[in-house]
Amino acid sequence: MARIELTDLAHSYKPEASVPADFALKPMTLTWRQGGAYALLGPSGCGKTTLLNIISGLLIPSHGRVAFDGRDVTHLSTERRNIAQVFQFPVVYDTMTVYENLAFPLRNRGMEGKAVDARVREIAGLLELTSSLGRKARGLTADAKQKISLGRGLVRPDVAAILFDEPLTVIDPALKWELRSKLKALHRQLDVTMIYVTHDQTEALTFADTVVVMHDGRVVQAGQPDELFERPAHTFVGYFIGSPGMNVVPATVEGNRAQVAGQTIDLPLSYDPPAGQRIEIGVRPEFATLAPAGEGLPVRVERIDDLGRARLARLRLGDHAFAAGVPDGLDGIGDHAGLILQPGHIHVYADGQRLSGRA
Amino acid sequence: MSAETATAAATASSVSRARSGFRIDGGAITLTLYLLFLMLPIYWLVIMSLKTNAEITSGMTLWPQQITFANYRTIFTDASWYSGYINSLSYVAINTVLSICLALPAAYAFSRYRFLGDKHLFFWLLSNRMAPPAIFALPFFNLYSAIGLFDTPWAVALAHCLFNVPLAVWILEGFMSGVPREIDETAYLDGYSFPRFFAKIFMPIIANGIGVTAFFCFMFSWVELLLARTLTTVNAKPIAATMTRTVSAAGMDWGLLAAAGVLTLVPGVLVIWFVRNYIAKGFALGRV
Amino acid sequence: MDRPYDNRAWLLVLPVLAIVAFSAVIPLMTVVNYSVQDTFGNNQFFWNGAGWFKELLDPSSDLGGRVLSSLGRNLAFSGIILAIEVPLGIAVALAMPREGWKVAATLVLMAMPLLVPWNVVGTIWQVFARGDIGLLGYAVNKLGIPYNYVSDPIAAWVTIVAMDVWHWTSLVALLCYAGLKSIPDAYYQAARIDGASRWAVFRFIQLPKMRRVLIIAVLLRFMDSFMIYTEPFVVTGGGPGNSTTFLSIELVKLALGQFDLGKAAAMSIAYNLVILAVCWVFYTVMTNLDVERPQAETGAAS
Repeated sequence: MARIELTDLAHSYKPEASVPADFALKPMTLTWRQGGAYALLGPSGCGKTTLLNIISGLLIPSHGRVAFDGRDVTHLSTERRNIAQVFQFPVVYDTMTVYENLAFPLRNRGMEGKAVDARVREIAGLLELTSSLGRKARGLTADAKQKISLGRGLVRPDVAAILFDEPLTVIDPALKWELRSKLKALHRQLDVTMIYVTHDQTEALTFADTVVVMHDGRVVQAGQPDELFERPAHTFVGYFIGSPGMNVVPATVEGNRAQVAGQTIDLPLSYDPPAGQRIEIGVRPEFATLAPAGEGLPVRVERIDDLGRARLARLRLGDHAFAAGVPDGLDGIGDHAGLILQPGHIHVYADGQRLSGRA
Repeated sequence: MSAETATAAATASSVSRARSGFRIDGGAITLTLYLLFLMLPIYWLVIMSLKTNAEITSGMTLWPQQITFANYRTIFTDASWYSGYINSLSYVAINTVLSICLALPAAYAFSRYRFLGDKHLFFWLLSNRMAPPAIFALPFFNLYSAIGLFDTPWAVALAHCLFNVPLAVWILEGFMSGVPREIDETAYLDGYSFPRFFAKIFMPIIANGIGVTAFFCFMFSWVELLLARTLTTVNAKPIAATMTRTVSAAGMDWGLLAAAGVLTLVPGVLVIWFVRNYIAKGFALGRV
Repeated sequence: MDRPYDNRAWLLVLPVLAIVAFSAVIPLMTVVNYSVQDTFGNNQFFWNGAGWFKELLDPSSDLGGRVLSSLGRNLAFSGIILAIEVPLGIAVALAMPREGWKVAATLVLMAMPLLVPWNVVGTIWQVFARGDIGLLGYAVNKLGIPYNYVSDPIAAWVTIVAMDVWHWTSLVALLCYAGLKSIPDAYYQAARIDGASRWAVFRFIQLPKMRRVLIIAVLLRFMDSFMIYTEPFVVTGGGPGNSTTFLSIELVKLALGQFDLGKAAAMSIAYNLVILAVCWVFYTVMTNLDVERPQAETGAAS
């Protein structure tokens, strides 16, 4: 059980890295509190696995420091870090039985026989593996094998953290839900830090109490699911979370006024955007509604998608694509309509980063 | 997706570097000693071929006092020597081509279909790879004399098919089984006929396997001598058999023997160089 | 695994069947024919029935005794070289580099002995081990150890075993290396997470993954050492005395040396039956492993 602190951490696979492009992981400082359920979310190739391997000690970072509860473990080997990790594809020891597989990490650390037995049976029970404990791992299905991999991660009672690297990729969709809720239940029960890597926003938002979003080797935002939704700190978070993603359009901002495609939008706060940067405003489709022509900003309607529970309008604001909700009862929309944005949910971004405004 | 794979590969390599980093390097010592053990006899052969016979017999020298190429000159100018190379290479080439052409359809059949007696047939083929050539020496002598092929490269090439064809079937079957059957089915749906599919789609896919098979056919035909010597006398005599000539009334011509030996290593080294990237998988006969 | 059943596949196998039958069945029929006859030369043969086979199985007869003792020597030889080459091959495979230019260099160097014609292997060692002009023989004698493979049976055996280890260990090592290369990195990472010792990694990850290739290696090495002929023949000619006369050497002596066709044929048949039996055992074990493979592999796919 530990608090994990990353200080000025960065990693490059090249020995002499100088330009930012050389870094698989760009400098970051981050603290993971003890007992948290974290999701590390990002698209393929954004550095999630690299970060995970650095925390578990499979990889020594080229720069910066990793500390567990204040103790520097940067150069400590995996074995001495007391970390459990579950991989994307099941890793089982073919020649061992399921029982021996689960007991393996405990026996390697010299745990006494009875305690091993009790612990193995407890975890096997939680994962519903009890009936196959005596079987050889070789002949099992991929699902069962991944359960064993999960079990080997969960079986050690004293770990600082358990890291999951997209562990449910090979699992059948129906079983995915079940296993994820099981992990969540185990997290509450064991009070252990869990870090769950995924590129699936649903998986991340349902598992974690804190979601860390990564993009291009950088942590762009760490926060609770509703924060990510309501106040994306980076345009990337806006795009990546939510379906469809946030509308982001170029704008010029001065004080509490934004100019978009020749239209003026009033902002609730005032901003002093730095010169020379790319300025954009972002509004989630959930906070934008279509109105009859003449109200709000004039837009061109491209099409209306019926999503079942709601309708979504695909619009053009000037030259920029825009998505907005269609309120019930608004029918017979022509080519031209109006767009109303909820003032509190308009964010201003400079070079992708959200600016905080003055009241 | 490709970016992810690249990251994963990079992770893997640097992880393995970290692993080998803290291992005590007993491994490197084992490997160095082993390679030394392999190279010493070859080194000895090579330097001996560069010595004069007087130097060889007069005392122990780790390096030739006076380098001579006379032994090699003898081989390249005397037709009875260099024709040995041509004979060897010609039957090896015939055998390799023959083995692969025959084995390709059979391996396809074994990897794609079940049929009456398939398992027994496969075993019987394999058992021929394991049969001692010594058993066949005499009957082959009779057989090829009877059909008039005795003392031609064809006799040796056909005789070597005895163990090379089964081996080729075995290796190719291993590689073909690694190719998903969906590829065949898709091609048939696209209107390919079997021969066209086989030549245009399937062969390029298992090109590595064919290369590995050719390597093995070459290897086993090149190194075999018992049958090659039994089935030839003068016209098709392989180089390896010619080497026994150095034992003459005047005593052993060690330098010449060594030079001929060195020259028999050259084709092998060349072939290995070409297949070096597939060698590990090849030696597992496509079955890893 | 669910290959369709189609007897037309026989058409594809036919060419192979024809050539192998031509190369194997016709000669074997000749052998069977000889094995039941005796000859006084001049191509005059007469019926001898099972006479040669009785003699073959009777250790007190000349033929039976010679075959039995060469069989014993052959088994001892196969046992010794397997006991050396398999562990050494595994050790070398574990020590081989995994990446960089060193891989290609190591592979090429290691494969070299495999591509040397077998009589040249004999020649290399004949020269290398001689006391007067060979580095090995000279060095060992200089160390004060009497060593002469021409007159001393033990020295002859040591030479032949060393030669076989030199010639074939690389095959075992390359097979094992191929097996090791197929292990995904995640296995090693998981083992480190689980706190596995170096031995446990070998025992539970590397050895199981090498099992299939090891069986192929043992099969090939057993069979090839069981029919070894050329290399010892060049080095020792079967001597000193009969101390390195293996089955094949004995057989060629009988057939081509003494033209004792009946005896040689009977011996060939017995020899081949032994080989077939051993081969069958290995084949059965291997096919059973093949059946296990698909399930085992689905998990490791990456």
